[in-house]
Amino acid sequence: MTVNDIVQQPGIWLEAEGNLADIVISSRIRLARNVVGYPFLSRATHDQRRALAGLLAERVPHAASSAKSSYIDLTHCDELDCQVLVERQLISRQLVEAKGARGVVVSDDQRCSVMINEEDHLRMHMIRGGMQLSNLWAELNQLDDRIESQVDYIFHPRFGYLTACPTNVGTGIRVSVMLHLPALKLTGEMERVLKAAKDMNLAVRGLFGEGTEATGDFFQVSNQVTIGRSEKEIVDEFKDQVVPRIVEYERLARQALLDEKPRAVDDRVFRSYGILQNARTISSEETLLHLSHLRLGVHIGRITDVSVPKLNELFLITQPAHLQKLNGGPISGEERSAIRADLIRRKLAER
Amino acid sequence: MQKVCQSCQKQPATVHLTDIATDGEKRERHLCENCAQKEGIMPKPANIMAHLAAFVQSSKGSVQQMAQLSCPNCQLTFVEFRNNGLLGCSADYDAFEPALIPLIERAHQGASRHVGKKPKRAGGDVATENDIVRLRRELDRAVDDERFEEAARIRDTIRSLELS
Repeated sequence: MTVNDIVQQPGIWLEAEGNLADIVISSRIRLARNVVGYPFLSRATHDQRRALAGLLAERVPHAASSAKSSYIDLTHCDELDCQVLVERQLISRQLVEAKGARGVVVSDDQRCSVMINEEDHLRMHMIRGGMQLSNLWAELNQLDDRIESQVDYIFHPRFGYLTACPTNVGTGIRVSVMLHLPALKLTGEMERVLKAAKDMNLAVRGLFGEGTEATGDFFQVSNQVTIGRSEKEIVDEFKDQVVPRIVEYERLARQALLDEKPRAVDDRVFRSYGILQNARTISSEETLLHLSHLRLGVHIGRITDVSVPKLNELFLITQPAHLQKLNGGPISGEERSAIRADLIRRKLAER
Repeated sequence: MQKVCQSCQKQPATVHLTDIATDGEKRERHLCENCAQKEGIMPKPANIMAHLAAFVQSSKGSVQQMAQLSCPNCQLTFVEFRNNGLLGCSADYDAFEPALIPLIERAHQGASRHVGKKPKRAGGDVATENDIVRLRRELDRAVDDERFEEAARIRDTIRSLELS
């Protein structure tokens, strides 16, 4: 499977599973691992990086055998292809910007990706649409076991799985959920949520995780504590406390908006729908803003002729690299905005 | 014009004091360094330096020691690690352990001992030790929540692990 295949298949993005799927866009869990016999990457020579990439590119796909998977070598990947993988959340910006031999193993169903030579030798992720943390952890745990049967992990009796940065040490786990919180943003309650999250040692970031700011209506919430608690405790806290609580706040805020300012809510939702149906040129930021309002309109029952999978598809294919890739290659910003507007009008007109 | 010390009347006065008496009256005094020291108004210069040196020694000693730590395997120094946030190899965790533990505990709500998953091929001792740490915490929680039957069960499991 190549980047060209990936861009043609929306993957997990059309799913909206679980009863919190109106607010939880996606669930993701990552494990960080390093391999015995090699230094961490900041101290690795070019030859060591190459040897590691070679070893892991060969062994990891075997381990990920429950679904067919492919290795994509990022040493020779062009910028647009890399960006598509970032927009899909299959790799991080950091992996794109890293130097030397590196790559990613992606399963054909795009639910699983294993980054090789990012900050750690291995960073394996599983991602699903909607709220799916328990299943996800069970699957990722098995994948980790299978990879462990192929390579020796660095493990320390006190500190657990050793990582290049001690902020990940112990379990090496990062649980992230992407949440759509337009009502909390509108009512100005988001500040309180951010503060509460900080008190609980959670990180809140923007759409693409680390290094992106929490702007707009989409937020990625993730754990920061990785040692002193088991993986299951960390996952369960997210599943049973963190996510339900934030979802509850958002639902209350939505209800309050509808009770107190129904016309203002409708105005926002239908204006955005109108713009998306009529714009002749639109940037990706503006698209994101209006898609967020449209999504809110769909979930509060104001808009009934747009499906959630269609919204998710638009969300995905209007991103800059997807748009260019689906239209045959690099396109200037201005032309992109025109193509994006045409695409959105066409998609919204389909029934 | 330079004033002469009011006490010895010889040396130039370099220490200038304004005393306020109990009745509120101000009284100015001009002394030389020696006389000021004799009256206990100024510590001897040698003492200042000694105090300062001792202070620097006591507060900086441990920091300096940690800054000098370096890994025998990859030669990374603790200072280099602090500058870029990344460790160089797995041996750094042992080489920097005294300095790393407080750092890890600050970032992880006071914890620095792994209690989660372990590789199947890791030694059984490690596995048991980690299990016991985790179970002890579960026991505390069960007691806090007054789930006493479960607490008793966890206590028995810990005992059997400790015996094995």
